[in-house]
Amino acid sequence: MNLLLQGVAGTLILIGSLFLFLGALGVYRFPDVYNRLQAGTKSTTLGALSLILGVGLAEPAWLPKALVLMLFILLTNPVSSHAIGRASYKSGYPLWEGSIVDHCQEHDACKGGGEA
Amino acid sequence: MIPGWLWILAYTLIGLGVLLGLLRAFLGPKTPDRLVAVDALVTITMGLMVLLGLWYRRGIYLDIALIYGALGFIATLAIARYLEGGL
Amino acid sequence: MAHRIGQFLFTALVLFGLWLLFTGTLDPQETAVGALLAAGIALFTHRRFTRGGLQNLAPGRLLCLLAYLPFFTWQMIKANLDVAYRALHPRMPLNPGIVRVKTRMTSDIGKMAVANSITLTPGTLTLEVDDDTLYIHWIDVRSTDPEEARRLIPGVFEPCLKRIFP
Repeated sequence: MNLLLQGVAGTLILIGSLFLFLGALGVYRFPDVYNRLQAGTKSTTLGALSLILGVGLAEPAWLPKALVLMLFILLTNPVSSHAIGRASYKSGYPLWEGSIVDHCQEHDACKGGGEA
Repeated sequence: MIPGWLWILAYTLIGLGVLLGLLRAFLGPKTPDRLVAVDALVTITMGLMVLLGLWYRRGIYLDIALIYGALGFIATLAIARYLEGGL
Repeated sequence: MAHRIGQFLFTALVLFGLWLLFTGTLDPQETAVGALLAAGIALFTHRRFTRGGLQNLAPGRLLCLLAYLPFFTWQMIKANLDVAYRALHPRMPLNPGIVRVKTRMTSDIGKMAVANSITLTPGTLTLEVDDDTLYIHWIDVRSTDPEEARRLIPGVFEPCLKRIFP
């Protein structure tokens, strides 16, 4: 039983670090800030969640604290990425030239002052 | 027990991730790009701290990860607000 | 007044639950300090913390939340495999754009839940919320028509979230 738990924990830790790496790779490779946000939010969130759950399973005494951490990451990461995306759009960061549509352009709510 | 090769693999992957994130933060080209890289680095560092906590068997690392995440979150929001034009 | 008491109790309960999770003990002294702190903080923050009151904890809504979690986790795993594929592919198959969709959620917390769910799931990221209109950055635009996009993006979450945050 304990061995199985440790195996699951090890697998989760490995998957978590793999996704953290893939998220950073996406942040490095993607062409504009919006695509980078997609990688920087999704992959790192799932990576951190899986890694923390793995650590919580490997050391069951830490499980409650690990759950609080996971909840925290799950709630704050989308909010901060939304804030970055909105700020870069309003400060005039252009979309990648390969982008095919921009509905935000014709709308007042998306306009802002300042230059990027 | 978590085997040694798994530790090495996990630390290597996370280390490479931190390296790529830092590269993006240095290369830019604009402020939002750097901000995205730093925001991703905060999450990666939280994961790394928790993993180090397991490595050293010290529960305090989890608390520090939480505080670090809260600070990083507030910093990201503040910089985003600044970029938007109002602070 | 009854509403304020409900708000206060809900806030205090959530804070106390977090305290229990974070300290990880049931030691009477620590629990007492936690209860005192939760009540004290809730006294000052309950009006900002929640609009509703104890009905936030109605069993139907909690069950719905429990049912939503595995579905959401699956969507998130799908999203990550998708992004990972695009990041690893040598030519990076991107087809991005910003589309406008309408959401059926009415409450602020419901809109936030939908926006956050969208951000964490396949290839979509909420950029701007204006009343009931969401502007979404989509990494692989499959339809620029608002109705079609609505069905593809928030349509997946809304039936369930609508029941959790009416």
